[in-house]
Amino acid sequence: MAGPMKMRATLGSGYTDLRVLMTHPMATEQQTKGQPHFIQNLTVKVNGKTVIEGEISQAVSRNPVFSFRLKGGAKGDKIEVSWLDNKGESNKIESAVA
Amino acid sequence: MIHRRRLLQGAGALLLAGLLKPLAAFAAWNKAAFSSKTSADAMKSLGTPSAEASGGIVIEAPQIAENGAVVPIEVESKIPGTTSIAVIVEKNPYPLVAKFDFSEGAVPFVKINAKMGETSDVRVIATAGGKHYQATKEIKVTIGGCGG
Repeated sequence: MAGPMKMRATLGSGYTDLRVLMTHPMATEQQTKGQPHFIQNLTVKVNGKTVIEGEISQAVSRNPVFSFRLKGGAKGDKIEVSWLDNKGESNKIESAVA
Repeated sequence: MIHRRRLLQGAGALLLAGLLKPLAAFAAWNKAAFSSKTSADAMKSLGTPSAEASGGIVIEAPQIAENGAVVPIEVESKIPGTTSIAVIVEKNPYPLVAKFDFSEGAVPFVKINAKMGETSDVRVIATAGGKHYQATKEIKVTIGGCGG
């Protein structure tokens, strides 16, 4: 089941600081006897435009937290982060730069 | 019988919709690179078989990580025009941990929490202008984080 996500986007000096938390077991092969369950893809969009595309492995920690930096940015910019795991589950969160 | 056929058709359509949606929204996952058991193989599959050492890649990570299940690794490439960053933990069963592509509008910076099975070099590969650069940093791990 796709767990909740949390995201915070704040204006820094010259860039926007983005922190996003995904609730996910990120279970490895070793932990699950060959049935790993982990996020594979994630995408960061700013005002509808994709700026970061990530591919990750089972070696990313449980309930992953990522930090990114976006160039410039302004209050109210819409940020969307979405993920897809190896079982086809996905989730996304949308929020505005504060 | 008709009932069952309808049900099956419905299920098929649902399955297709479910399968097609994520494909449209996400780039393909580089299975070959992520299933590689050595960092050399992973680098080949990523299309970065060799990389020049560079001081433009900054790796911020603890020298000693007490808990291998959550090792914070912060990476930034100061090389102009960096479009992609890959993070590799040399001694993990599958060394490639993550790869990020940055378009205009994003700083080539990322902070992740990774699992590390044992003390290992962390290798970061940055691609800029079609050229590949790398930097490494050793992280000592007291308790491994790959098993249960």
